[in-house]
Amino acid sequence: MSTIPAAPSAATVPPVTQDPVPPKVDRPRRGLNANSPWFPYLLVFPLALILFGYVVQPMFATFAESVGVDGVANYTEFVTGSGVARSALLTSLMISAASVLLCGIVGVAMAFLLKRFSFPGRRLIEAIILVPAALPPLIGAISFQLLYSETGILPRGLQQLLGTENPVLPFTGIAGVLVVHTFTMYPFFYLAASAALVGMDPSVEEAAYNLGASRVRVWRTVLLPMLTPALVSASLLVFMTSLASYTAPLLFGVDRTMTMQIYINRTNGDLPMASTYASVLAVSSVLFLLGMRWYEGRRSYRSQSKGVASHRREITNPLGKWLALVASVLATMVLLAPVATIALVAFSRDGSWTTEVIPSEYTMQNFVTIFSDPGAYRPILNSLQMSLLATVGCVVVGVLIAYAVRRLDFRGRGLLDVAVMLAWALPGTVVAINLISAFSTGNAFSFGQVLIGTFWIMPLAYFVRFLPLVFRSSSATLAQIDPSLEEAARNLGAPWWRAFGTVTLRLMLPGVLAGALLAFVNGVGEFVASVLIYTSETAPISVEINNRMYSFEVGTAAAYGMLQVVLIFLVMVFSGRLQNGGRATREAAKWTA
Amino acid sequence: MIDVTLESVSKRFARAGDTAAVDDVDISIAAGEFFTLLGPSGCGKTTTLRMVAGFYFPTSGRIRFGTEDVTHRPPNKRDTGMVFQNYALFPHMSVAQNVAYGLKIRKVGRAESARRIEEALGQVHLAGYGDRRIDQLSGGQQQRVALARALVIRPRTLLLDEPLSNLDAKLREETRVEIRRIQQEAGTTAIYVTHDQSEAMAMSDRIAVMESGRVRQIGAPQEIYHRPATAFVARFIGRSNVLSLPVVTAAAETVTVGLPDGSETAVAAPTDHGLRAGDTALVSVRPEHLGLTSATEAGALTGRVTEVEFTGMATNLVVEVAGEPVQVAAIDVPDGIAVGDQVGLRLNRDRMWVVRP
Repeated sequence: MSTIPAAPSAATVPPVTQDPVPPKVDRPRRGLNANSPWFPYLLVFPLALILFGYVVQPMFATFAESVGVDGVANYTEFVTGSGVARSALLTSLMISAASVLLCGIVGVAMAFLLKRFSFPGRRLIEAIILVPAALPPLIGAISFQLLYSETGILPRGLQQLLGTENPVLPFTGIAGVLVVHTFTMYPFFYLAASAALVGMDPSVEEAAYNLGASRVRVWRTVLLPMLTPALVSASLLVFMTSLASYTAPLLFGVDRTMTMQIYINRTNGDLPMASTYASVLAVSSVLFLLGMRWYEGRRSYRSQSKGVASHRREITNPLGKWLALVASVLATMVLLAPVATIALVAFSRDGSWTTEVIPSEYTMQNFVTIFSDPGAYRPILNSLQMSLLATVGCVVVGVLIAYAVRRLDFRGRGLLDVAVMLAWALPGTVVAINLISAFSTGNAFSFGQVLIGTFWIMPLAYFVRFLPLVFRSSSATLAQIDPSLEEAARNLGAPWWRAFGTVTLRLMLPGVLAGALLAFVNGVGEFVASVLIYTSETAPISVEINNRMYSFEVGTAAAYGMLQVVLIFLVMVFSGRLQNGGRATREAAKWTA
Repeated sequence: MIDVTLESVSKRFARAGDTAAVDDVDISIAAGEFFTLLGPSGCGKTTTLRMVAGFYFPTSGRIRFGTEDVTHRPPNKRDTGMVFQNYALFPHMSVAQNVAYGLKIRKVGRAESARRIEEALGQVHLAGYGDRRIDQLSGGQQQRVALARALVIRPRTLLLDEPLSNLDAKLREETRVEIRRIQQEAGTTAIYVTHDQSEAMAMSDRIAVMESGRVRQIGAPQEIYHRPATAFVARFIGRSNVLSLPVVTAAAETVTVGLPDGSETAVAAPTDHGLRAGDTALVSVRPEHLGLTSATEAGALTGRVTEVEFTGMATNLVVEVAGEPVQVAAIDVPDGIAVGDQVGLRLNRDRMWVVRP
C-alpha cells in the first residue's frame, strides 16, 4: 500500500491566472437575449396588452355602461323587483340546476354502462357518443326542435301512429331547452366519469368486497367518493355552460333567461340594461371559473397502481342480453337522429313541409342555391374568411401565451393564465356585449376606430371566444415536451428564435394544429356572439340559417347546416390522424423524459 | 493554460428566498482537464454547470473562458457542448439530423458536415445508425448520440450533466470508460456533474466536492480520498470513521491525539488545522485502515463486535470502542466471528488524517 504523498500533487493546486492582458468585462447585452431577466417581459407585454385590450377592458366597459345611468336601479331589479330581471335570473339558475341533474344522470349512467359492461353494440355507441355534442350550437338546437318540438318528427309520428288529436309527448319551452342541454352537455359528465372509472384501480373495489362490503355499500363508500372530483368538475362545467346557453332558449321561445334578455334588450336598444345582464352573467361565470380552478387544484383521487385494467362485466342473462341489444339500437338511433334529421331536411323543398311527419318533397335545389346564388353563398364566404382571420390570430397569440405561461418565469404569470381562461368562461353573448360596449366608440385598442357595424368586430369576437382552445391544446402539448430540448438547441448555438422554431414549436405543431382546426370549425359555426354584432354585409352562416328558419326556408337552412356538419366531420377525422401523429411525438417525449 | 474560471460565483433564485443555490464558488479548470463537480442532490453542482453553459446568469461573480468574460453571454454564443441528463435528443429528427444540428447553425459545408457526422458517430460506435429514429435506440445508444452531438461541433468545453444516471449499473461502468477515452482523444476540457463518488474518482483529473452551494474541497481523486478537508468530504467519498479525539500537542503538520485506551498517536494534519492542546480534533480513519486482531494484542484498541456483514471480498463489522461505534472493513476475518465477540483493532496510523468539522 502506498503512502499519502507528502506534498500536494501538481494537480491539486488550482493554477493561478496570470494573464498579461487585462480581461475584458462582459456586461449584460441589450436586445432580445432569452436569458436576460427582461426577456419574458419583452415577449409577454404585447400578449398582456392584447388580453387586456380585447378581453378584460371590454368587460370593464360593459360594467361602466351598466352603471352609467340608473346603475343602482339596474342591479336592484335582480334582487327585489318582481319584474323580468329577477325571473330571468331565477329561470336561468333553475334551468342550469336541472341541466346539471339530468346531464349527471345520463352521463354517469352511460359511463358505467360503457366502461363496466360488455354487450353487443357497445363499441358502436362509444364511437358515436359525442356526435350530438359535436354539432354547432345552432344546428344542434334546430335539429332537436325538428325532432322533438310540437311540430317535430317524433311527436307527430306518434300522433299518426296512435291516431290522437294532438302531437304526442312534444317538448316545449323549458322542457325543450332541457332536452337540448341534456343531449349536448352530458358529455361533460360522461367524459369525466369514464376517465375516472378507467383510471380507477379495480383492486380498490375488490379490496372493499374482500373486506365484506355489499355491492350497495361498495358503491356508497368507495366508488362514489372516488368519482366525486370528476363529478364536481363536470357539474360546474355544465352549470356554467347552461347559464351561457343562448340558442336553446331562443329556439324553444324561453324569453326569460339571462342570455335571451341580453339579446332582447340589445335589439330594443337598451344597452345599459343589456350590459347589466351581461355583467351579472360575467360575474357568475368568473366565480364558477375560479371555483373550478380552486377545486381542481385540490387533491384528486388517482389510482396508485398501474397494471390491471378495470374489468368489464359480461352480460350473460339471456333476457338482459336482449334488453341490452334493444337499448343499444335505440341509443344509436337517438344519438344519430339529430344529424340524420338535418341531412334529411337539407334535401327537402323549401315550404313543402307543413303537417307531415317528415318532408314529402325532395330536391337538390337547396345545395345548388347556397353555392350558386351570390346572396346565398356570401354568408359561407363571410364565415370562412372571418373564422380564418380569427384562427390566425388565435394561433399566434395562443401559442405564445402557452409558451410564456409554461416556460417563462415572470411576475403576473398567473394573471395571464387567468385572463385567457376568462375568455373561455365568458358566455358568447357577454363577449359580444363587451365588444359592443368597448368599441362603439374608438379607443386605443381599435386604433381610434369605431368597430361596431364594421367587418372587424366579427373576427375579433371569434378571436376572443376561441383563443382559449388554441391556448389549451398548445399548452397541453408543450407540457409533454422536455424544456431541455430547447436548451440543447441553444447550447448547440441556436439563437432563441431559432431554437423555439426548429425544436419547441416544431414539436408543438400537432397540438397547435388540432387547436387551430377546432377554433376554425367553431368560428364557422359561431352564432351566439355573431347574432348580436353582425351587419347585413357580414352575416355568417349561422345567422343566415337562423334567418332562413324564420322565413320558413327550412330546407336551405338545413343545407347550410349540413355544410357545417361535413366540415366538422372532416376536422374530426383529420384531428384523429393528428393524434396518431401526436402519439409518436409523445412516445418520443417519453424516451427523453 | 486556464480554460474556465469561476470567480466568487453565487446564484440566488428569486423563488427560493435568501438561501444561495451556489455560494461564492471559486474554480479554475485547466485546458484539457477532466473536472468533476461532485456532491449530493441539491448541493448546487448542476446550477454551477448551467451557469457555465449560460442557462443561468450568476447573481454575483464572474465566469471566464480563457481571458474572455462570458458571465452574461447567452448560451448559444458560448461554444460549449452539453450532454443533458435525459439526453434531450430532438425526437423529430433522425440520429444524423440530431448530430448535424450544431453544424447547420455553424454553416458548415455539406461535404464537411457529412464527414464530421460520420466521424463523430464512429467515435461513439454508432457508425451506420445515422438514419435511425431516436425512439428506435436503446438508452445507452441515445446517450452516445447525445455525446456525438456535443462533440461534433468541437466545443471548447464539454459539459456533462449526470449523463450516466439513466443507465443500468453495468452499462454505466462501460460508458464512463468510453467518455473518458473520447475526452482524452479529443483533448477537450470537460466539466462533469455527478453525485456518484466512484464515477467521479474513476474518471476525473480533479474533483470539486460541493455541499449546500459551497465547494468544500478541490483536488485529485487520491488527495480527496486520503486527505479529505472536512468531515463531510470524508464521509461522502467512500466510508469513514470520523473520531473526536483530544489534542495533546499540536505542531505545524502533525497533531498528537489521545486514544481511548490512554495511548497517544501522531496524526497528519493540514497546515491550517488551527488546533491547540486541549482542543478536540476530528480524525478520519477509513474502515479498511483498521486491522482486526485479537483483543489481547499489545497496542491494539479493544472493543465488542455489534454487527457483522459478510459481502464476499470483505467483511464489514461495527465494533464498539469505548462506547463509540467504529466501522471496520476486513479482508481476513477469523471464521465464526460473531456479535458480542471481544476483538482488537490495529490502526494504520499513516492513513489517519485530521479533518475540519
